[in-house]
Amino acid sequence: MPYGPHTPADRERMLTALGLESVDDLFADIPADLRATALDLPPPEPELELSARLRDMAGRNRTDLVSFLGAGVYRHWTPPAVDQLLLRGEWYTAYTPYQPEVSQGTLQSIYEYESLVGELVDMDVVSASHYDGATATAEAALMTCRATRRDRVLVSRGVHPHYRQTLRTYMGRGLELDEIPLVAEGDAAGTIDLAALERMLAETDRPVAGVIAANPDFLGLLEPMPRIAELTHAAGALFVAVVEPVSLAVLAPPGSYGADIAAGEGQPLGIAPQYGGPYLGILASTDALVRQIPGRLVGLTTDLDGKRAFVMTLRAREQDIRRDKAASNICTNQALLALAASIYLATIGPHGLRDVAATGAVRAAELEGALADIGVERVHPGPFLNEFAVRVPDARTIHRRLIERGFLAGLVLADAEPDDPTLADGLLLAATELTTPGDIARFVAAMHEVLSGRPPVGVETGAGAEEAAGAVGVSR
Amino acid sequence: MSVTGEKLQPTLFERGRPGRGGGKIPHPPKDALDRLPADARRETPPALPEMNEPDVVRHYVNLSQLNHAVDTGFYPLGSCTMKFNPKLNEWAARLPGFAELHPMAPDEVAQGTLQLLWELEAALAEISGMRAVSLQPAAGAQGEFTGILMIRAYHQARGESERTEVLVPDSSHGTNPATASMAGFTTITIPSADDGGVDVDAFEAALGPRTAAVMITNPSTLGLFERRIGDLLGRVHEAGALAYMDGANLNAILGRFKPGQAGFDVMHFNVHKTFSTPHGGGGPGAGPVGVGERLLPYLPTPRVLRLDDGTFRLERPDERTTSIGRLRSFAGNTGVLVRAYAYIRAHGAAGLCEVSEDAVLAANYLKSRLAGTFDLPYDRPCKHEFVASAASLKARTGVRTLDVAKRLIDYGFHPPTIYFPLIVDEGMLIEPTETESVETLDAFADALVEIAAEAERDPDMVKTAPHTAPVKRLDEATAARQPNLRWRPMAGAEMPCPD
Repeated sequence: MPYGPHTPADRERMLTALGLESVDDLFADIPADLRATALDLPPPEPELELSARLRDMAGRNRTDLVSFLGAGVYRHWTPPAVDQLLLRGEWYTAYTPYQPEVSQGTLQSIYEYESLVGELVDMDVVSASHYDGATATAEAALMTCRATRRDRVLVSRGVHPHYRQTLRTYMGRGLELDEIPLVAEGDAAGTIDLAALERMLAETDRPVAGVIAANPDFLGLLEPMPRIAELTHAAGALFVAVVEPVSLAVLAPPGSYGADIAAGEGQPLGIAPQYGGPYLGILASTDALVRQIPGRLVGLTTDLDGKRAFVMTLRAREQDIRRDKAASNICTNQALLALAASIYLATIGPHGLRDVAATGAVRAAELEGALADIGVERVHPGPFLNEFAVRVPDARTIHRRLIERGFLAGLVLADAEPDDPTLADGLLLAATELTTPGDIARFVAAMHEVLSGRPPVGVETGAGAEEAAGAVGVSR
Repeated sequence: MSVTGEKLQPTLFERGRPGRGGGKIPHPPKDALDRLPADARRETPPALPEMNEPDVVRHYVNLSQLNHAVDTGFYPLGSCTMKFNPKLNEWAARLPGFAELHPMAPDEVAQGTLQLLWELEAALAEISGMRAVSLQPAAGAQGEFTGILMIRAYHQARGESERTEVLVPDSSHGTNPATASMAGFTTITIPSADDGGVDVDAFEAALGPRTAAVMITNPSTLGLFERRIGDLLGRVHEAGALAYMDGANLNAILGRFKPGQAGFDVMHFNVHKTFSTPHGGGGPGAGPVGVGERLLPYLPTPRVLRLDDGTFRLERPDERTTSIGRLRSFAGNTGVLVRAYAYIRAHGAAGLCEVSEDAVLAANYLKSRLAGTFDLPYDRPCKHEFVASAASLKARTGVRTLDVAKRLIDYGFHPPTIYFPLIVDEGMLIEPTETESVETLDAFADALVEIAAEAERDPDMVKTAPHTAPVKRLDEATAARQPNLRWRPMAGAEMPCPD
């Protein structure tokens, strides 16, 4: 065994102390007819060979593409301090801080996380983390049902499709989930249909526990959050705002428009995309809901000498204490990712975070303008932050051909939202501070060529266009 | 309330000073956000601390040193499996090809990761004797939820929606009953038999046309293998119910017992236990779920599929209408799964068998060293962990398990899990794992024996332990009565200076 300490003599000594001949004697209680067949797995692989295998597998992923893909997961520049600190064994090889006297590091870091995210979302209570944005949103929906003792939740179709699918799974036990449509055309196209929301909230025989809307929404558009909150509260329901944390440096936070719960994906705060996780489910609420919020909470207290210290608290909500009456079954969470987010925020600071958000917005506007210049228009007219949808003929083919040219042209919307005819030809494109003006110029040139069969006129691409056209591996 | 003591740190908020930091991101033009409607914009910037990088680094390095961790010392936390986390696996998960891959990238771009996931599914199926595995659940508890939802779907498909009860033994993890509730089931708790095993007759009495499932942890949370498991599984299936195995303790039986072969219908794996992915101060984990024939149609979506040409792809939404759906966004905690894959490859079949053998041998050896000093309520070989009790010690000296646990901190050890499972009076659940040496096991046993002697000599000293930790025991009552869950930056006020 590669990591074990025992020499044959050690094993012998332990067996002798137990008065046993063989370690098999310790497994004698497994009934003979239930013993396993031999494990059919490859032989042990020395680290040298294993590292080559892993490097080879990683190399078969195409992470060399110049990417405009966001759709809920965003590439950002992360100060190296984040990962270097995360690699300290005292952080990542510790467990849940059940023994506070030897866990003050983890406990204080969680309290600070709760405080930092509390600032971002402008809310009172932040849980120590959930699995991801989708499960945090699902837990928020269940919270609204518990708190209002109603069993119907409305979710905007502007919420990420994976979140809506997850909601459906979590609410399958007899709770009702209805989708609020988006406006199909006009200035508000792609944002929540407020008239429909009002109608749905007015169905008095089916009272609503909670309303869930995202800002920016899945299509990158800004939603009228204050108005949604107002309508929701007028119906006696709770409002869940699904938010992206970097955007909160510049966009109005959920607390400012009266959200009762904020949920979101914390991945943009210094966490690598890594094909889906581990990420960071952000869940926050008002003080009024503190006993309904699931997940661990760390609070400030003192020790017996009066020294300031941190401890897990309000534990009566949790599964190991309350068992079947707990607020959720969550146990293991995403603590290390909450730590990553905290270190990211501390390192980059409030001004840095604003610069990240604003630079993404600038690059996205440049991208939109450059695409408009070659005749690629947005699907929706409304304001956006750093992500927007465009319409191209046969989006799937265009997307594939751009991969051949070294570009990941965002998301094919028909794959993510197959039921929405207004998105049939859509590509969802995102920019962040990692998107360079050169990336944009080369991408737009390649797009033009793929669409028209020839390089663009009047777009300054220089050699870049040819380079991009020929290069599979456009390097960054 | 003062911030003193060796390494206790002021909060980030107390350390920050307006004007510190910068140099990370170029400033965009001043009018960068002018195109956004004014009412959508934030009026007051978030009051995040302003810090320079050296202060941030010092803050987190000093804070880290307040933690006990596997990398700093023995961590015999029963049920949690605090074994060594191989460093190769940290390296592997950070390879840019894995780390930078976007979860919505098309399949053709993600072949390396998809192959890894597919191979990991196959390895877990082989280890568990299950037909197929989904890697999507983010943690063990979510794996349980997935399993119970599949069981619900199975009964519904057979027109047996009246099966609304889930049976769990009283020794189970709290997640089992909490999961059953979340999925809309009623939990029926079954008392354990005197030997610590399942009471088959008590289960039999509770089984019936309303029973949807039985959730069993095997080996149990007492570290005991359920000798009557074959009998129990037979009766569960006769009653038309399904059997869920909580795989939290799979690390004890690798290569010895395959739950799927034995007749379990579904189980979850805690890869942060059995397959050594780091616990991270509370997470992340990953909770893959394996199923037998009966539940195969209901696996969550998307599954990883291997095509005839040897390439891989993710299942499309709605491709398999019997699926219970999606449990979370994207494919799963892939970065965690990369580490688990590396662990399984590094060990191979022979190494995995040895993991369980050594874990079980170490636990039995340590248990034998404590005989005569602490009560050992179950007098039979344990698996990877065992329960000791300070009940007799408490009767003699007034020193409780909690006190013994806190005193261990002064000896440089993390306490074991205490007062779990709930059915043992003054219990401590001790799990040494296979990566601790005999010398460490002896030193830990010596410490516990010495603490028992201290309890006889000087009980007050033990009751007030720890004496050498950065903080003493905490005022948990005030923390719960007047919760302070968030730092309120003291605008305009003088903050206590750290240094």
